[in-house]
Amino acid sequence: MAEYTTNAAGREVLTEINGEAAVPYKGVGKHRPEGNKAPRPIRTNADYPDSGDKRLPDLKTALKEAGLRDGMTISTHHHFRNGDLVANQIFDAAAELGVKDLRWFPSASFPCHAPLIEHLDSGVIHHIEGSMNGPLGDYASQGKMRGLGVLRSHGGRYQAIQDGEVHIDIAVIAAPTSDPFGNCNGVNGPSVCGGLGFALADSEYAEKVIVVTDNLVPFPCVPWQIQGNNVDYVVEMDKIGEPAKIVSGTTNITKSPDRLLIAELTAEFVRAAGILKEGFSFQAGAGGTALAFAIFLKEMMKESSIRARFVRGGSTRYLVEMLEEGLTDYILDGQTFDLDGVRSMRDNPRHIHTNPFVSYNYHNKGNIASMIDAVVLGATEVDVNFNANVVTHSDGRLLHGIGGWQNCLFSKCTILPIPSFRDRIPVIVDEVTTLCGPGELIDVIVTERGIAINPLRQDLIDATKGSGLPIKTIHELKAEVDRICGGPPAKPRFEDTPIAAIKWVDGTVIDVVKQLATP
Amino acid sequence: MKSHTQAGKKGPDVRSDCWIGLEIADSGGISVDLQSKVASLYGESIRKLIEQELQFFHIEHAKVAIEDSGALPYTIAARLEAAIKRAMPETLTEFLLPVEDGIRTQTERERFRRSRLYLPGNDPKLAINAGIHNPDGVILDLEDSVSPDEKDAARILVRNALRAVDFYGAERMVRINQLPLGLADLEAVVPQAPNVILIPKVESAAQIYDVQRKIDEVKYNAGVSWDIYLMPIIESAMGAMKALEIAQASPEIVALAIGLEDYTADIGAERTLEGKESLWMRGAVLNAARAAGIQPIDTVFSDVGDEDGLRASVEEAKSLGFEGKGCIHPRQIRVVHEAFAPGEAQLEKAKRIVMAFQEAQAQGSAVVSLGSKMIDPPVVKRALHTIALAERAGLLNDNWMEEADNG
Repeated sequence: MAEYTTNAAGREVLTEINGEAAVPYKGVGKHRPEGNKAPRPIRTNADYPDSGDKRLPDLKTALKEAGLRDGMTISTHHHFRNGDLVANQIFDAAAELGVKDLRWFPSASFPCHAPLIEHLDSGVIHHIEGSMNGPLGDYASQGKMRGLGVLRSHGGRYQAIQDGEVHIDIAVIAAPTSDPFGNCNGVNGPSVCGGLGFALADSEYAEKVIVVTDNLVPFPCVPWQIQGNNVDYVVEMDKIGEPAKIVSGTTNITKSPDRLLIAELTAEFVRAAGILKEGFSFQAGAGGTALAFAIFLKEMMKESSIRARFVRGGSTRYLVEMLEEGLTDYILDGQTFDLDGVRSMRDNPRHIHTNPFVSYNYHNKGNIASMIDAVVLGATEVDVNFNANVVTHSDGRLLHGIGGWQNCLFSKCTILPIPSFRDRIPVIVDEVTTLCGPGELIDVIVTERGIAINPLRQDLIDATKGSGLPIKTIHELKAEVDRICGGPPAKPRFEDTPIAAIKWVDGTVIDVVKQLATP
Repeated sequence: MKSHTQAGKKGPDVRSDCWIGLEIADSGGISVDLQSKVASLYGESIRKLIEQELQFFHIEHAKVAIEDSGALPYTIAARLEAAIKRAMPETLTEFLLPVEDGIRTQTERERFRRSRLYLPGNDPKLAINAGIHNPDGVILDLEDSVSPDEKDAARILVRNALRAVDFYGAERMVRINQLPLGLADLEAVVPQAPNVILIPKVESAAQIYDVQRKIDEVKYNAGVSWDIYLMPIIESAMGAMKALEIAQASPEIVALAIGLEDYTADIGAERTLEGKESLWMRGAVLNAARAAGIQPIDTVFSDVGDEDGLRASVEEAKSLGFEGKGCIHPRQIRVVHEAFAPGEAQLEKAKRIVMAFQEAQAQGSAVVSLGSKMIDPPVVKRALHTIALAERAGLLNDNWMEEADNG
């Protein structure tokens, strides 16, 4: 029987996860772990070919050479998003080798990984620790996964590896271009994805590292985003990803008039709050509303001749245009969403390839996330205390990962532009179904029906007074949503069985997701 | 009585609507088969609503199947009522949910009607958030956007929307069908306090008399007294010829609007972007409206992607004397408002005139003068209008006069 304790956010969380003790969330900045980072074994070049050629004929051979056996942890990155062709093959090979009870530790999973349900059912995979988008989240929500899912932010994943909470046995790094030594990058080749930053920790800390590529070039492969000195084996494959699903040819802003209005209000808020000034910085993702926000902001910057010092990607063509038009000095890019982003990262020295260590990792000597003036993020739910949820829907189903979301909350002004309800699903609620981000870090909610500022941010309330913006309290917004939707929604019903734990950026447990009640 | 009927829409692309299949029986009680993406949140409340409504219509035995794509209660109620009335066409009673507080705003004859946003009457998705885009008016359309076999369902949905949806102060307009069908529309919508009725394809004063008589009758029967204004739409050669008599046919008429698709077809011309073919007609309607002392309102600009084209089109309409433009997409609204806003020189002049007028009033003088020039009352009125327009467009705030005084 699972043991629970109440954490600092008032949530009932598990004290043990998959057989290991877990620390309950203590509050923002309260957990101060001591000791050393995870040890990494000493290697010797005597064990590696002097020719630098680490190639093996296929993935199965590489997995065998890497010593694959029952109960191991296999990691992958998600730079190929929904176009990944490698993760499924790893577990197909593992099944052929008769291996069981693996822990899959991806930086995120996508609907293209739905075939892995078969390997979960058959016992090849024991459980997944990583963001679960779509079918796998749904699978877990039904209580079908044997182990407990563990969801971490991008920074939290780096932290977990670095702090020794997760030891990776075998990392498989799909690389759009590699040399036989294992130096690799994501900016060249038929399956370009931009950077490979999500695989950095894996390459540094995994026991064995396999690079898989469909574009082998003679040494040296430059830039070497991942260093061959960390790589054990290199495997060539016909095709490692579906290019059209890895990066879109073009990323599109939303066409929805309601979302455009939200994006426009968000940009107007940033201006009214005095954030938009020479040398400022911001981060906006690749969602339709975030892109539209960036475009409205860009127009304002041009109007007022304001230049940003840096913007944080996920880069898209819209950020690239800002860079090329001189509206920002730099793009700091963690993942690249379209071909313009890839081109720019490859060719423009001011488009910087970053990784979760420099951007997000909380157990560092500081990171970039808290230096950003404004960040624009999404959420599935926000409650009247500004707590937000990004992983479950209001019906309780686990459908999304955390991504860099938690890490970004440390920005100087965190803004969630969200509709106040989606169809009849209220987004502003009494209490979030799953707590992913504490309200004290969430400053502003921008909806189509008004803007709510966190009462903790009196400075923002004062700055935007008299701005003409439709500023309301979050309680007013909630009352309006309830009136439209026909009263507050019923709470989703759950079984007692936990199906996933949500980690905070410091590795503590902020919440637990439970199995959906059978209707 | 038909035993199987249905109403509403279903499918992967449907949002904020629902489909209801109804099978009325002689025995077996009520059974509700609900499939909904919000089942866990509002399943109970949906079932309750269905049962309450069936009871209201005295249906004791029926199978109800619902495929819900996030419909709000007023939509679910409307779809079920449509299915019931398709089964029992003789039913005249209406299942009315309570009117939401504060949504029935009153308007005035002289109010600005720069933008009016067309909303297909049978599509709830677009109506719910229409008001947040701040149009001067929203039009719940029962005419061209509704197919002939959905007129009954649209009428019920629009009626319910007028009781449930907050348009945040936008004037609530309904475009009825051409007569005589439009008269039946009035029976459904007039008791729900719309601000303006748009009457399509008007060609004679007699049609206005019919509409006015029907409105008066429905208001009397329902015991309601609010103002319901009229906006006839001129869309034919004959309508253009009779524009003045139409404009003067009822004291409730506040504006004359134009529809060019039908007009150009009627005169045997192609509709062009330049619009030379309709210039005479627009001038004729505008002139009739001005002669009758009401607002001339221009047609819609139909290329929603062309913001610059829209701006140019509004500027042209404004230069001709029009005061409003139809919108078919929310993103057009702001552009229309910006283009109708007074220019800087016009605004400065208006400010000087209004301040001179205030000064004259304060001194009890009937003569307004600016420097050595006497200002005629119509010019003062025009200047007041310009100031109001500028305030509405956000170019001036309420205390602009004090700010002007303070230099």
